Amino acid sequence: MEQVIKTYNLTKKFGSFTAVDNISFYVNKGEIFGFLGANGAGKTTAMRMLCGLSKPTYGTGSVAGCDISKEYEKIKKNIGYMSQKFSLYEDLTVAENIKLFAGIYGMPLKKIKEKSAIILERLELADKKDTLVKYIPIGWKQKLAFSVAVFHEPKIVFLDEPTGGVDPEARRQFWEMIYEAADNGITIFVTTHYMDEAEYCDRISIMVHGKIAALAAPKDMKQEYNAATMDEVFRKLVAGTFNQE
Amino acid sequence: MKQLLSFIKKEVLHILRDKRTILILLIMPVVQILLFGFAMTMEVKNIKVAVSYQYGDELAEKIIARISASEYFHIVQTINNPLDISSLFKKEKIDTIIIFSDEFSNEIHKGGISSVQIINDASDPNQASTVTSYISAIISSFQNEIAGSVQPIRINTELKMLYNPELKGSYNFVPGVMALVLTIICAMMTSISIVREKEFGTMELLLVSPMKPAYIIISKIVPYLIISTINLLTIIVLAVMLLDMPVRGSFMLLMGVSFLFIFVCLTVGIFISSLVANQAAAMLISGMGMMMPVMLLSGMLFPLDSMPKFLQIIADFVPASWYFTVVKKVMIEGQGLMDILKEITILTIMLAVLVIASVKKFKVRLG
Repeated sequence: MEQVIKTYNLTKKFGSFTAVDNISFYVNKGEIFGFLGANGAGKTTAMRMLCGLSKPTYGTGSVAGCDISKEYEKIKKNIGYMSQKFSLYEDLTVAENIKLFAGIYGMPLKKIKEKSAIILERLELADKKDTLVKYIPIGWKQKLAFSVAVFHEPKIVFLDEPTGGVDPEARRQFWEMIYEAADNGITIFVTTHYMDEAEYCDRISIMVHGKIAALAAPKDMKQEYNAATMDEVFRKLVAGTFNQE
Repeated sequence: MKQLLSFIKKEVLHILRDKRTILILLIMPVVQILLFGFAMTMEVKNIKVAVSYQYGDELAEKIIARISASEYFHIVQTINNPLDISSLFKKEKIDTIIIFSDEFSNEIHKGGISSVQIINDASDPNQASTVTSYISAIISSFQNEIAGSVQPIRINTELKMLYNPELKGSYNFVPGVMALVLTIICAMMTSISIVREKEFGTMELLLVSPMKPAYIIISKIVPYLIISTINLLTIIVLAVMLLDMPVRGSFMLLMGVSFLFIFVCLTVGIFISSLVANQAAAMLISGMGMMMPVMLLSGMLFPLDSMPKFLQIIADFVPASWYFTVVKKVMIEGQGLMDILKEITILTIMLAVLVIASVKKFKVRLG
């Protein structure tokens, strides 16, 4: 199995504060990898390093075969990214947003046209393609943001809390899109707050105070910690590390 | 290149779709010129004047005719008894009394020396001193004209108003408005439009994309460069057509220096955007940090020379005060490239420092 993300002792310090503390893990191609942790546990910092936005203090890592300290410009061509704000340009139309972002990744205009027609059809947004993004409902915006993030067929897509603020039905539909992308060979790296969503992942890691406290498939993790739900696992883990200190 | 063009198009769309802002941006310079030119003028107009002179005095009557022909003065009264001055000011609301000596013409024809007394209501000191200099200017120009026809004469005023003999306020505020408008558009709008991307999270998307950061910045700059060029031309055209401003120096030089200043302001905008996280803060900083100094410390409203030393030193760090000086030198005094080398050098140094600081700041954020 090809490992598209690999890190070894990855560490990031801000002054004397260690945000990410010696984390080592890998993610397989086509895997849905859940990256969990409380606020301030270091998830975002770790993800920023993987996306080439931030340089590690020490440790190494590679994403899509590129070194994260040196070849971060190359990494950017191979990844997609969607933030918790479902960021798109509000004052541009649906079609303009797709064209703009696909253009950044150097896709030829003809291909952009063909593919966006297919995607808009599937999202049931075909008649809304000339509507400004600010006028479409949040659930659709979320799906559109994801479609834009995977439009250029990246090897890996990073999703930063991609389901905040949408209703359960929209979240379910959204996870269907994630599965479909994974089936097409796109590796999914997703951070989330929702423990029920963690169960949808192939494997998850839980970060506590900058370290990876546990990493396994959800089923195995529940067994190991003798818990009925992921929520329980999470609480046991966080409580455990507090007791150790 | 294709990327860059599509990004510039995106920025243009952002601006065009925000109808209210684009309207404000294009109309602002027009309104400012009209406001400063006609409403908020520092000039004095419609001054009520009372005159006292010997009836039939030829030269005095000529001077009075001159004064009355000026758009600034209304001769409302001729008084015979100049003793009751205070009641004139209080009851008749007269602003100024001009008293010619009894034998004005005779004295000039004979000895070439005579005098005029100007009495002002100085409760508004600015107006009083302006009125005095207007009247002095009129008298002295009259004096020059008759100098040939009469024997050497002297009327006791000696004034010369270089470049701006009519003492027009527009000579001061037009360069000021140019500095102000360019600052608002370039520094404020650029910083707001960059910070907006941070606030909405789209900047993150751009930073994780293969888009070059330099392209992001360039595409932000281009539309505002275009808008500020339009504004610059609007201001110059309005100033020349409506306010009779001259462009005595080279027009190309004026535009060249303006572009230098525009780039300084754009970089200020970029620098501000790297300091703050939301649009309100960007607006506050560029408003307080840029507009106030331009209004107060460029010399537009208050002369820098009469300010305390420490304010003058602060003013030296305000790019607009140098630009203001250059515009006056080129437009009004007709000076050439050699005469404004100092200002150009200083603005260039400012630009270099700001570019280096912004690039550093941008890198720190990524690191």
